[in-house]
Amino acid sequence: MWQPCTRTGCGPPCRKMIDVVDETGEDETPLDAAEERENDEAPLDAAEELEFGRDIGFRRTRFGRIVGHFGEQERDLLVNLVGQLAEFIAPDQGDADEDPLARLVGIDQHSEIPEDPALLRLLPDAYPDDPDASAEFRRFTERGLRESKLANATVVLETLQHSGEKITLSAPQAAAWLSSLTDLRLTLGHRLGIVTDDDHDWWDEDPEVDEGTNSLRFVYQWLSWIQESLVQALMPS
Amino acid sequence: MTSTAVEEIIESESVVQPELPWITLVWNDPVNLMSYVTYVFVTYFGYAQEKSESLMLQVHQEGRAVVSAGSREEMERDVAALHSYGLWATLQKDD
Repeated sequence: MWQPCTRTGCGPPCRKMIDVVDETGEDETPLDAAEERENDEAPLDAAEELEFGRDIGFRRTRFGRIVGHFGEQERDLLVNLVGQLAEFIAPDQGDADEDPLARLVGIDQHSEIPEDPALLRLLPDAYPDDPDASAEFRRFTERGLRESKLANATVVLETLQHSGEKITLSAPQAAAWLSSLTDLRLTLGHRLGIVTDDDHDWWDEDPEVDEGTNSLRFVYQWLSWIQESLVQALMPS
Repeated sequence: MTSTAVEEIIESESVVQPELPWITLVWNDPVNLMSYVTYVFVTYFGYAQEKSESLMLQVHQEGRAVVSAGSREEMERDVAALHSYGLWATLQKDD
């Protein structure tokens, strides 16, 4: 486990993220104080005004709403990534000769251990030393697990598609976002070869790796930052 | 009472002994956020913040922690739920 770097949290500062965030103009997003006043029925104080529109990710307003601001490019990126995740984890449609009743109650007659290690991390074995018991567990739970992950991804996509720059989440939506961000980061983490807790020592651009990998690393950190902000908004420490 | 009878009694008693409880383990992984793992323990198990943080730190520092114990069915339910949260969880007999 680890703590992501943040500008406002307790993680180490991250120059790379600040640079990119500044480039997006996110820091210069004008404060829509009038809208906030109307929604929260209370004026923002100076500190809140300064903070509002500056944080990346989500925060809890003084009236307990979970609110985040995402620029168009950020929303497009999230839609793209979560859309790919949804395709990645969606359950197989099954064979025509599959027992429809078994499928209805979530039993997958053809479930097998995923060959893709990223998928195996999302759908892990339940019994570390008992392949037969793991296979049986998988047969009874994998379809339901895939469906719940797909449902979470769908919630994220729907909230993104029905929101503008400002995204307000209900508690169930926030929970779905958290789970889906986890699935996304687990998948990207595997693609980036993050195997141990020490594999995050690449906060700044690394000239030794290709541009695509550097971009993916940044996306991974950005998602971590969003997720950390959402946890803190839901469960202030 | 013959020795055979005693053995029979012992055997019948052993039959009604409750099964060894099963445990759910959560394993450390390099991706999940420490705050998120704590959040899952609070949200899913209903554990207090302090206990959840302590379990999270045990996972982080020792590589794994026992997060629940009970019947095999209960532990399978916990493992399936933790997988839906994206945590790396397994179950085994507590022996």
